[in-house]
Amino acid sequence: MSAPMIEVKNLWKEYGNNVVLERMNLQVKAGEFITMVGASGCGKSTFLKMLLGMEEPTRGQLLLDGKPIPNEPDQARGIVFQQYSVFPHLSVEQNVILAREFERSPLLGKLFGRARREVLEEARALLAKVGLSHAAKQYPHELSGGMRQRLAIAQALIRRPRILLLDEPFGALDPGIRKDMHTLVHQLWQEHELTVFMVTHDISEGFALGTRLWVFDKLRRDDQAPEAYGANITYDLPVNRESLAQLKERDYG
Amino acid sequence: MRRLINLKPSRSVGVMLGLLPFALIVIIYIAASDKRLAENPDDRLLPSFTQMGEAVERLAFEPSRRTGEYVFWEDTKSSLQRLGLGIGIAALIGFSIGTLTGSIPLVNSPLSPLLTVISLVPPLALLPILFIVFGLGELAKVALIVIGVAPFIARDIQRSAQEIPTEQLVKAQTLGASTWHILLRVLIPQLTPRLIAAVRLSLGTGWLFLIAAEAIASTDGLGYRIFLVRRYMSMDIILPYVAWITFLAFLFDWLLAQLSRKAFPWHHQGGKA
Repeated sequence: MSAPMIEVKNLWKEYGNNVVLERMNLQVKAGEFITMVGASGCGKSTFLKMLLGMEEPTRGQLLLDGKPIPNEPDQARGIVFQQYSVFPHLSVEQNVILAREFERSPLLGKLFGRARREVLEEARALLAKVGLSHAAKQYPHELSGGMRQRLAIAQALIRRPRILLLDEPFGALDPGIRKDMHTLVHQLWQEHELTVFMVTHDISEGFALGTRLWVFDKLRRDDQAPEAYGANITYDLPVNRESLAQLKERDYG
Repeated sequence: MRRLINLKPSRSVGVMLGLLPFALIVIIYIAASDKRLAENPDDRLLPSFTQMGEAVERLAFEPSRRTGEYVFWEDTKSSLQRLGLGIGIAALIGFSIGTLTGSIPLVNSPLSPLLTVISLVPPLALLPILFIVFGLGELAKVALIVIGVAPFIARDIQRSAQEIPTEQLVKAQTLGASTWHILLRVLIPQLTPRLIAAVRLSLGTGWLFLIAAEAIASTDGLGYRIFLVRRYMSMDIILPYVAWITFLAFLFDWLLAQLSRKAFPWHHQGGKA
């Protein structure tokens, strides 16, 4: 068995007296698609932020390839938020090439001439894959919510991150559009050999997309002091293809 | 009968209603002016439009007998130079400080309290100090506008920078951006239209300080002229000058609004993404 990509060892997260997460122990292999569900405030977004490097564990360790995960966001871990993920002052194709511009132009963060044409070519291929070719010159405010999330995904993928983090990315979308997005994310996960962590409120979405489903909840509860105990993963379910097919039939039939 | 708050004028009625107060003011002025001039042809308080026209013609289209210059245009040129320089420098300083304090905590901590205190100092109270330090020349007048306007712009831009969603800053970092990249490609482009808005708001204050400085120590300029001719009760010059200043203020405001709309269409169409 290959070494785990991400390892969580006795991890705690506290804000003052408020324990958010406690005693978490987990291993994640490269290529898994993990969906996280749970009630509001159960710590799944906090866990995602720790994976991203926006928050640090209070106790315990969060390891990436055996080393503590970097404590600020970087290009190894892409993110798509529910909103505000794309830049309103840049057109669709400018949004996508931005990551390449940061990479190749340390001084100006902007490419010109041939270098620019090269990355635009790359961006167009990616935009075709997410179905946004026709909107390359448009600005985010001219796009629908679904198109904006497609753009956010294309933008996150151009530098080929190993990990893709999705924070309720489809929460604000219509059910029909959400289904299209599921197909897209699933396809990109396979093509780009990504390890995906997705926070969602929709448990059927969690089953439909993931290879593994985590349910966040509190194992210990004190009604007099609701903040005294943190949440943990109460169910760690492998999702197999048959149950997926059944679910698809039931939900989308 | 519908409720008052639900009654909306049609477009043409709206325009008419908008023009009505202007027409009323002009009519009342002409009536009052005629009455006073009929009683005393040498009255200086409410000059007729003809008298004002003659005064403007004398100042704007005939060279001054003393210097050979066209006084009206020289005044306009000097004043606009001071205002432009003052507002320009203030915008540059305010934008830099606002952007940096609004985005970099280590810059914010030492500068933010200082900025708050400075912005509370009444700039006109500093005018004597400026005259002592910089002398009575151009520098003191420009400095007054800068001191009066820059803190406001800095605070406005600082707030705008803090309002940019954290998600965007995090996203930029996951795309491999350095702090410099984030400033250059994420913050500055999005804050530029906010700067134009801040400059539009501060132009009125800028005029205030300009005219105050010119009134106290100057040898030309629009503010200097109206305070000079006040001694002779020359309302026929003061009123057209005030109208001209108002028109210039309106013109710059309009031009900046147009510039912003042309250059940053995404900002005006509600782009927050």
